[in-house]
Amino acid sequence: MFSFLQTLFSDPDVWAVTLLSLKVSGLATLISLVIGLPFGTLLALSKFPGRSFLMTVVNTGMALPPVVVGLAVAMTLWRSGPLGDFHFIYTPVAIIIAQTIIAAPVVTGLTAAALQQLDPRLQLQLLGLGASRAQMIVTLWREARLPLLAALMAGFGSVISEVGASMMVGGNIRGQTRVLTTAIVLETNKGDFQRAMILGAFLLIITFLINYALTWIQQRGARQR
Amino acid sequence: MSALLEIRDLTVRRDKRQVLAINALTVEKGEILAVIGPNGTGKSSLLLTLARLLQPEKGEILWQGRPFKDYQALAYRRHIALVLQEPLLLDVTVFENVAIGLRYRGISSLEIKESVNYWLTRMGIDALSNRSGSQLSGGEAQRASLARAFVLNPELLFLDEPFSALDAPTRLRLMDDLKSILTETGTTAILITHDLKEAGKLASRVAVMLDGQIVQIGTPQDVFANPASPEVATFLGL
Repeated sequence: MFSFLQTLFSDPDVWAVTLLSLKVSGLATLISLVIGLPFGTLLALSKFPGRSFLMTVVNTGMALPPVVVGLAVAMTLWRSGPLGDFHFIYTPVAIIIAQTIIAAPVVTGLTAAALQQLDPRLQLQLLGLGASRAQMIVTLWREARLPLLAALMAGFGSVISEVGASMMVGGNIRGQTRVLTTAIVLETNKGDFQRAMILGAFLLIITFLINYALTWIQQRGARQR
Repeated sequence: MSALLEIRDLTVRRDKRQVLAINALTVEKGEILAVIGPNGTGKSSLLLTLARLLQPEKGEILWQGRPFKDYQALAYRRHIALVLQEPLLLDVTVFENVAIGLRYRGISSLEIKESVNYWLTRMGIDALSNRSGSQLSGGEAQRASLARAFVLNPELLFLDEPFSALDAPTRLRLMDDLKSILTETGTTAILITHDLKEAGKLASRVAVMLDGQIVQIGTPQDVFANPASPEVATFLGL
């Protein structure tokens, strides 16, 4: 056990892969939040033709298989693809793009669900107290902060643990695009189960710590109710 | 008295159905106008239209003699306050609930503290200032909702069945308090209700609404004693 932990903390490669995973998935989650929060709000609060269809698309997107996303992004970023000139394929940017496509529908769908759970008359009440539309939306976000935090956690969870898209568009290049999940696959294929387990432990610890922090914030809010 | 709000040939549609058709209605400054009528007759639609939360199909509404279109909706709504049947308090402290309209208006923290504390005391809920809005009883929550409206010093207060979700003793106490505050502050108010006692107690004028139309208007004594039609008499239980 001791040697296991020693290996865990002393291997610079493990730290590099962990750091890259955090950077890539953290950024993808952040971009998903920037896309998903306003889009989910629009879906929840507005009525327009095609809204139900868009909701269905978003809900379907919440179950997008990462390998399908990886395939689509790889075809788009491939040298001969429409965005091939940018040379993003097999770079961290490609992984961020793929992971954003995976996480954005999750954040969007759960944001819409969180806001739809609020009493619809609350919008009228806030406007009737002199709120501008932007002030009303911010108040609704604050009111739905607990489910919105859950949306953030679900978005991060969906990308930190995915392997298919990262492998396909990142290429699992050591020191460049190798993240925890792709490294685990590689080590397992090589038969180095101890190293794969170390990386798996790191992935679990990181996921646990981040979710612990978000859950703590969420439950602190719940206790204040 | 001068007209604060005037309606001319107003029609409103909701879900492709006409819910309001009002030829003329004037709300005088300082009066408390009760709009009474059975459920589903368009009272709340009228209130939402006058609060500029529902777009009329046609007609004109004048605010202090000038048409609505001369004012931005937000600028107009900052002259009014809205109290709904459900208090719909936010999941923050009672103080913050009452302060929210002032915060929307960018009022300084010092002024907010002073005004909110005054109205919490005036409504008898100052001891609940730090409690969460979700932990109040129905009566306490409606008091907070009224404080949240009065703290804005509105020129026109819209009250949409504010007592209907309360038990009888709470309702009576709150009605007495509201009556004295409205008299003391001289606030103009439109009260939507289907409770005749409530209308008789609070209003200086009563407008009877049936099928989206104002069919009679007058003092509570006049209307209750001399219904204009058999339909009004039936609604009044005469």
